[in-house]
Amino acid sequence: MEIKSFTHYQHAHCESGVTTNLLRHEGLNISEPLVFGIGAGLFFAHMPFLKVSGTPGTSFRSMPGAIFKRFNKSLGIEIYTKKFKTPEDAMQMLDKVLATGKPVGMLSSVYYLPYLPEAFRFHFNAHNLIAYGVHDQVYSISDPVLEETTEIQYNDLAKARFAKGMPEPKGFMYYVENIPDKIDLRSAVAKGIKKNCYLMLSPPLPWFGINAIFLLAKKIRQYPKKLSDRKAALYLGNIIRMQEEIGTGGAGFRFLYAAFLQEASEILQNEELSKFSEEMTEIGDIWRNFAYSAARQMKARKSDLVSYEELGDMLQECGTREKDFFKRLGKVKL
Amino acid sequence: MKVNEVPQDVRDFKGAEKLKKLVYAVDKNGNYEGVSSSGWEAENLATKQAWDAVDDALADTEEKVKTGKLSPIAYYMQKCLMDISLLARYVGKWKWQVKRHMKPAVFDKLDRRILEKYASVFNVSVDDLISFGK
Repeated sequence: MEIKSFTHYQHAHCESGVTTNLLRHEGLNISEPLVFGIGAGLFFAHMPFLKVSGTPGTSFRSMPGAIFKRFNKSLGIEIYTKKFKTPEDAMQMLDKVLATGKPVGMLSSVYYLPYLPEAFRFHFNAHNLIAYGVHDQVYSISDPVLEETTEIQYNDLAKARFAKGMPEPKGFMYYVENIPDKIDLRSAVAKGIKKNCYLMLSPPLPWFGINAIFLLAKKIRQYPKKLSDRKAALYLGNIIRMQEEIGTGGAGFRFLYAAFLQEASEILQNEELSKFSEEMTEIGDIWRNFAYSAARQMKARKSDLVSYEELGDMLQECGTREKDFFKRLGKVKL
Repeated sequence: MKVNEVPQDVRDFKGAEKLKKLVYAVDKNGNYEGVSSSGWEAENLATKQAWDAVDDALADTEEKVKTGKLSPIAYYMQKCLMDISLLARYVGKWKWQVKRHMKPAVFDKLDRRILEKYASVFNVSVDDLISFGK
């Protein structure tokens, strides 16, 4: 069977994309930027102690799952979620729900998704996708990072849903149970903005929020002194990938957030927010410049002290601008 | 970023050219829209570099397996982009056990049952696993 009424839309990011597609199917007129913004998705984290295949962990967004949770909570949308002990149970439950005509969202590991190009298949276990049909153990899949829908075999999907490592999806699946008749989009938008300001500005730890941008600026200046050329290049490469590779919409989600503020300004009839949107676009452009320069430095692989200093300066500017930005945004009357 | 500035630099390795992604950019009226992008030079270089590092390390390990310094488990682990702790989770062993299985002398005496476990995680046959590098 296949849920014929299901429509696939491509999005930038898997979590906000899956949420958008599931809710659109239920008749809620929503966009990816709105989901991302109401879910307070923008973030920055740099954790030198958390090495991912040898390079320090860097993230431009909230913890996986947080956007989805915050968004649904904020709008009062009821979601059924479940984890499983065995792949058999997880797949059986999936079939059962599909038979009732509900598209189902799932967590998976990109490594076990054969339909993705090899270049992007590594052990990232928090990828979201939707199944909207099944026929002879072949599942119809809507993966929000793809332009078109695709298919996957039972065994591959079971493997992807039960990948091991950090975090383990344990067959996690979810579907929309109920959307309230009256949705208060205005208050959800306002709350999302306030929440994001809080998240960026308040963590008292150096690894999260604005502080982490300054931390990375400091660290990057030390690369030529502390690391071999090869290591320094790999570290830079990892930051660029987190910022620009599939899934961020450009500039480490900064453009996606600017798009949200633009929509927010219309919803709340607030001209000020549209100015903030333009400003966030400018900040995103600085991040893009940083990635461009970092890639050149990475390719040259020479420990040229001046260049790493310049990269540090650019990050310092991103941090200073974002700090000022969120301080002012937090004060806007919404 | 403006719509006409969205880069279209095709990434031509490991099938990456097949995927066009969506990015957000502003049109000439200042409105945001989703635009399809084939990739961006900066990002492509970073992805390529990460894969080159994987391929280099793999070639290095292959050499070590062939010269009898490591068992084929070390090779297939890297080929599957795993590290010791992840592989240990998949085969249901402790890390120190997996490390031991990477010694050729220990590997040669491993039970068929354990070899099957490794082979299924690596998605190869037991014969492929045992004969690699010989």
